[in-house]
Amino acid sequence: MGVMGWRQGRHARSGPLTVIALVAIGAFPAVAFIAWLFTAIGAAVPVAGGGHVPNIFAPASGHAKAIFDLSLFVLAVTGAIFAVVFGLIVCAILKFRRTEANAFREPPQVYGSTQIELAWTIVPVLIVLVLFLASARVIHGIQDAPEPPGAVDVTVVGHQFWWEFRYPGLGIVTANELHIPVSDPLRPRPTFLKLLSADTDHSFWIPELGGKTDLIPNRVNRMWLDPQRTGVFLGQCAQYCGTQHGKMLLRVVVDSPEGFEAWARGQQQPAMRDEQAAAGRRVFETTACINCHAVRGTAANGRFGPDLTHLMSRSTIASGAAWNTDESLRRWIEDPEAIKPGSLMPAMKLADADLNALVAYMRTLR
Amino acid sequence: MSSNAVAIPDARSESRPWVLALHDWVTTVDHKRLGILYVLYALLFLVIAGCEAMIIRIQLMFPHNAFVSPQVFNRMFTMHGTTMIFFVAVPVLLGFSNYLVPLMVGARDMAFPRLNAFSFWLTALGGLLLYFSLLGGNGLYGAGSAPDIGWWAYAPLALKAFSPGHSSDYWTISLIVSGFGTVGTAVNVIATILCMRCPGMHLGRMPLLVWLNLVMSGMLLIVMTPLTAAQLMLLVDRYLGGHFFDTQAGGSATLWMHFFWIFGHPEVYVLILPCFAFISEIVPVFSRKPMFGYPVMVAASVAIGFVSMSVWAHHMFTIGMNSYANSFFAITTMAVGVPTGIKMFNWIGTMWGGRIELKTPMLFAIGFLFQFLIAGLTGIMLAAAPFDWQLGLSYFVVAHFHYVIVGGILFALFGAFYYWYPKVTGRMMNETLGRWHFWLFVIGFHLCFDLMHIPGLLGMPRRIYTYEPGRGWDTLNLLVSLGAFVQAVAVLLFVANLVLSYFRGEKAGNDPWDAWTLEWSVSSPPPAYNFARIPTVASRRPLWDLKHAEDPDSRYE
Repeated sequence: MGVMGWRQGRHARSGPLTVIALVAIGAFPAVAFIAWLFTAIGAAVPVAGGGHVPNIFAPASGHAKAIFDLSLFVLAVTGAIFAVVFGLIVCAILKFRRTEANAFREPPQVYGSTQIELAWTIVPVLIVLVLFLASARVIHGIQDAPEPPGAVDVTVVGHQFWWEFRYPGLGIVTANELHIPVSDPLRPRPTFLKLLSADTDHSFWIPELGGKTDLIPNRVNRMWLDPQRTGVFLGQCAQYCGTQHGKMLLRVVVDSPEGFEAWARGQQQPAMRDEQAAAGRRVFETTACINCHAVRGTAANGRFGPDLTHLMSRSTIASGAAWNTDESLRRWIEDPEAIKPGSLMPAMKLADADLNALVAYMRTLR
Repeated sequence: MSSNAVAIPDARSESRPWVLALHDWVTTVDHKRLGILYVLYALLFLVIAGCEAMIIRIQLMFPHNAFVSPQVFNRMFTMHGTTMIFFVAVPVLLGFSNYLVPLMVGARDMAFPRLNAFSFWLTALGGLLLYFSLLGGNGLYGAGSAPDIGWWAYAPLALKAFSPGHSSDYWTISLIVSGFGTVGTAVNVIATILCMRCPGMHLGRMPLLVWLNLVMSGMLLIVMTPLTAAQLMLLVDRYLGGHFFDTQAGGSATLWMHFFWIFGHPEVYVLILPCFAFISEIVPVFSRKPMFGYPVMVAASVAIGFVSMSVWAHHMFTIGMNSYANSFFAITTMAVGVPTGIKMFNWIGTMWGGRIELKTPMLFAIGFLFQFLIAGLTGIMLAAAPFDWQLGLSYFVVAHFHYVIVGGILFALFGAFYYWYPKVTGRMMNETLGRWHFWLFVIGFHLCFDLMHIPGLLGMPRRIYTYEPGRGWDTLNLLVSLGAFVQAVAVLLFVANLVLSYFRGEKAGNDPWDAWTLEWSVSSPPPAYNFARIPTVASRRPLWDLKHAEDPDSRYE
């Protein structure tokens, strides 16, 4: 079976098959790439139900579009390099295989060629220069963009394992679902994010709205978003931050200018005081809830957990790990481990009546 | 070279009690035995870390899967990464250089045989310390655990506040200990290459494998230093109240990143350079031509060594460095592509006009060329910093570096196993099983890692233990997992081939591949002292000169 078993006849039969298989395998990434391209194009078109699969090739902001354009250029250049080099490899294998005719003759011994090697040194240098200049332009365009007057400022604070959003100009504090206004290219109104962290590293990433930037403790980072259409954009924490990194989801709601004003007015109100839910409020204010959570206008002013003043204006709880329904609220308060094992929210171990009252109170925090 | 026919007493005697044989292996200072120990040790950890990869892939097969808890998942990817880099890739490559470098430069052993043994046992202890965390991770007060901080151990996650217990201490100490071992071997390889070459082998006549190991060892000397320093600083932070990385007391999280990646990125080149070395030996022999453009290959290797020291922060494009720093690291990273491209072209140039024999080592070498090409091109995409803001920290990056490490490094290693196994054991590896191994692995590899790029493009970040349905990630992850299982089967075939061929393989003889470097001039396995008489060489291919006395290489160099 070893080298000595390598008979001429056997070689002649298995040779072409091997080459065909090599070419087929070589074509696999190309096929995968095309399949993906179709997925991406298909994904960019809205599907039934109004949603689509978010991906980096369906940019919805100027920021993401700049990266998208660069990425097409880089893909074209690398694709061309791939075609040339892969073609050379396949050609070499096809043309210069051992055959019965040349089996016992060593081929001409060639040691190199200065001209050829100069050529394949200089051409890559030129390609690198072009790619670098194209990248540097986009780096500068995105990172050094000045903040226009009228931009919305948001401070994003990463926590294990949720997002805190503070709007210093508007006096709003919310969590996990970031509302920003749409930015018309003619009258840009981008949102500038100041990125901080309360504990470990996190990373803010909404593929359709732009690249990611890390939130690092004891450091201030900045990024900006200029979404050009309204809708809900999904993302999640991209930098490993601990046990529940996997369920630190992120939703960005891009509102029309009027929608954003309306949302902001709602958020600026103090918490609703519904006497029907007084029992639940008493439970809330007399248990450990208030150590971590804030509800403006009550004794609760903790900052370890999300601000609950307008909890019911959000569609998810637990940083996107569950829909915001009575049932999941109940489960979340009773046993957070069931939804998000390893989250820092403790199980409250409330009596059934108290739990019902508390959930009823939460329902009033609109 | 015919003088090697002088009989040298065979050190292996089958009739000795196994305790004494074992004692010989434990106390050996022979570079060949230490090389084999390194490789066996790495294979053991390859299987362990492979099992960890399977656990990761089973968990990710379906959305909201509950095969393991998030805590266990995080430990698995931390242990998988740490083990694969530090206790599989590094030792297996050091094992090969231990075994091959003295033979290829015509020396009887490494320059410092005892340091060599010491280094191996330090590395071995390091691996055991890492896995001891499974028992001792929580100290004396509870069940064990393993580190779950990721193999980069970013601060402040690795500090006391977020990683109580001792599991991350075991991680730190195991890397310090094995790092000392690595530095010892690096010193040894450099000294051997610079001081122990046989007469006639000036630097310009060294086989490329030796050149590349010289560059790799030089890089190891430089990059292990910041890693070890950072580990000590981390221990100071954890136990002595230091504030290097403690962000709650004014420390810097990014300082750790710089320390780690100024080790971590050159480390990739430390791993790939010996693989370039394998390819640079295998491709010429199976194309029946000398290496095309040897001086340029040497220059490109040294250039990679230097340039790769200045690219580390491309792992940090997302941390908010300013635009000048991002631009700098973008161009240095792209610049590494130039010498790497030159190497790729030279390998093709070697095949061009040759007489290519598609035996198993060459199949793996061709697989390497092809996959390393793609890995290099996705690397260029990641080097374009804005593109990296999208692709970085996503599954695209995971696919990219597995393309480098599995598609490049592991394929080259498999080729090297099939190529040098006859020299080490005296027996050929089974060609049929080898082909099955190759094709299964190729299919599994492409099914797994080609498709793995796509969830990254669809927004799937790395290191998440589960994901939501409806993001377009489900089917892809299922297929990726299937590909991983196919690869696992292929690796089992490989291990079976190693074992079966040892007992049943055909006798290899001294020079089964009709090759040209000095290791093929001695018996298989080589005698304890390698060369009865130190050879003298007159060209880069001493055995070619011997076989073609009418037209030797020495006439053209």
